Amino acid sequence: MMRTFSRQQKMTIVYGILCIVLVIVVLQLWLITATMNAFLGDQESVILPAAIASTVCFLMNAGLLRYVYLMERR
Amino acid sequence: MNDTKKPSPLGRDSGLSPQSSVLTTPDGRPYHDQPQWRNDFPIDWPQDELVARRDFTKFLVLTSLAFVVGQAWIFVENVRRKRRAVPPVRKIARLADVPVGAAVTFAYPEPHDDCLLVRIAEDRFVAYGQKCTHLSCAVTPRLAENCLFCPCHHGVFDLATGVPTAGPPRRPLPRVVLEIRDGTIYAKGVEVRT
Repeated sequence: MMRTFSRQQKMTIVYGILCIVLVIVVLQLWLITATMNAFLGDQESVILPAAIASTVCFLMNAGLLRYVYLMERR
Repeated sequence: MNDTKKPSPLGRDSGLSPQSSVLTTPDGRPYHDQPQWRNDFPIDWPQDELVARRDFTKFLVLTSLAFVVGQAWIFVENVRRKRRAVPPVRKIARLADVPVGAAVTFAYPEPHDDCLLVRIAEDRFVAYGQKCTHLSCAVTPRLAENCLFCPCHHGVFDLATGVPTAGPPRRPLPRVVLEIRDGTIYAKGVEVRT
């Protein structure tokens, strides 16, 4: 069960989540750049693992965003 | 920052607990030092900041989704590429038609895939895709300098190997696999490299 936070605590949490999401998005950017380079160079071994890793990153981001919305409702 | 002299209407009416109803202004000065319009139309700045950060987080998550879509597109394109038929063997030119130091353009394997055949020695031919690996401009042979040159951004590729030696390109040109049979040069495949 999620506890109730004060506004200052909420702000700190949102900043923390924002930083984590930002880092993950930068990681995804690097991932898609490397995958595109491999694809154009006909190296297909990294394409599927990179797609799975990017999907996992997105699910983590979506989970963190959901947490922000759930936290705000309380 | 608490404004004890003249609390904002938000502080009384927002229904927030005393701990959470901390109202601040963008410049940090108390409310009685603020312009009249700010007192008439008070904004809950911490809440505004929270919503702004939350919306930015939402935007980043959408960006994250866009990256996943991009990865999926690459995956689908790779599957489609694997399913394509093996490139056909196609005649390019007769040996006698390409003197040493000359270059011939041809299309392989598709009509829009321009390629370049260069005879760099009596018994040595090289052929590459003509699209620069930077931004797909057509490369031109510079035999005196032993290179292929991209005029758009001054990319340079080694003529013997197709490897980039200067400029923005980072990947070698696709190499067309050649076969010489009965005095005729044939293309029989394309080797894409990193």
